[in-house]
Amino acid sequence: MSMTVPSQLDRRIAVAALLKDRKNTLVVSGLGSPTYDLHATGDRDDNFYLWGAMGGAALIGLGLAQAQPGKRVLALTGDGEQLMGLGGIATIGVARPRNLDIVVIDNQHFGETGMQASHTGRGVDLTAIAVACGFVATVTVRTIEEVQRLATDIAEPADGPRLFVIKVRAENPPRSLPSRDAVFIKNRFRAHLGFATA
Amino acid sequence: MHSPKPNPEIDWPSELYRVLKAADVRQMSYVPDAGHSQLIRMFSADADVATNVLTTEEEGIAIAAGAWLGGQRSVLLMQSSGVGNCINMLSLSAIGRFPLLMLVTMRGEWAEFNPWQVPMSRATQPSLEAIGLKVMRAETAEDLIETVESAATLAYESDQQIAVLIGQRLIGKKKW
Repeated sequence: MSMTVPSQLDRRIAVAALLKDRKNTLVVSGLGSPTYDLHATGDRDDNFYLWGAMGGAALIGLGLAQAQPGKRVLALTGDGEQLMGLGGIATIGVARPRNLDIVVIDNQHFGETGMQASHTGRGVDLTAIAVACGFVATVTVRTIEEVQRLATDIAEPADGPRLFVIKVRAENPPRSLPSRDAVFIKNRFRAHLGFATA
Repeated sequence: MHSPKPNPEIDWPSELYRVLKAADVRQMSYVPDAGHSQLIRMFSADADVATNVLTTEEEGIAIAAGAWLGGQRSVLLMQSSGVGNCINMLSLSAIGRFPLLMLVTMRGEWAEFNPWQVPMSRATQPSLEAIGLKVMRAETAEDLIETVESAATLAYESDQQIAVLIGQRLIGKKKW
């Protein structure tokens, strides 16, 4: 497998462009930078931020998408987080939710732990894995224009799960920290959907 | 000491299905076990329940949390060997106080023919308790039905994280 060319795209600019017109999409963010990226676009009741449970973001998205078939669900995660949940791509492919998208903010590194190179910079292609697991649409983007186009496309209905990779520069922007109180974030999220909180 | 004998007259998988439906369970995920096969068939045939086959048991912990965020109750089925795969993901249920109901069929403890099942069997209850789950255990069909009923209330009404261990003696010897 060959090395993948690094991207120069700024992750915060990319995530802001992706979520600019998100409307009522429910968003689950994977631990580390994607959680900070999501919070940096504005704290919202319909965000669920992970600070742990590595590999779980897309699968929390699956349970949520199955419970809320009338709403779009987006799992916003990183390459390291999704690599730990590779089997989940097969599970989601089989479940075939029509309202779940996975967006991997891929800096090709484990950014929280010292920027060690991950598999995606060494030729492992998450979109190819998703295609092999039956995802109905995938794309890898590297420029802000492509992210803006993706933001428009992602608003369209789908026949099954989709996985998109946004290649970004390997850097750690200033942290934008949401609450680490998972009970509070959970209850706020459920209250937003009209459910009892205890 | 008198030890209770399994009662083969009781169709406990059907009773568990009834109990879980009465508790309004809407999602079920599983890594198969022979002991769960009838319950898996019944849920898979139920159009009102989303059923997910998993590649590894920890996926079901995340799915259950997502289901709860979206207002639905979920149950997770596995055998004892799968408990070891779940440990870090159980942080999510523990720290988020997400309702969790896991039904775990035990291997490696009663008339077991496969020695590879024994170490994780021994580690099942201590490792679940170490990460903060409440462990309940049943050895007879009557007790199992009542235990799952009680566990469902604790999980879904009191936001608890519960594993019900189903004794291998109840499931019976694996046909080989």
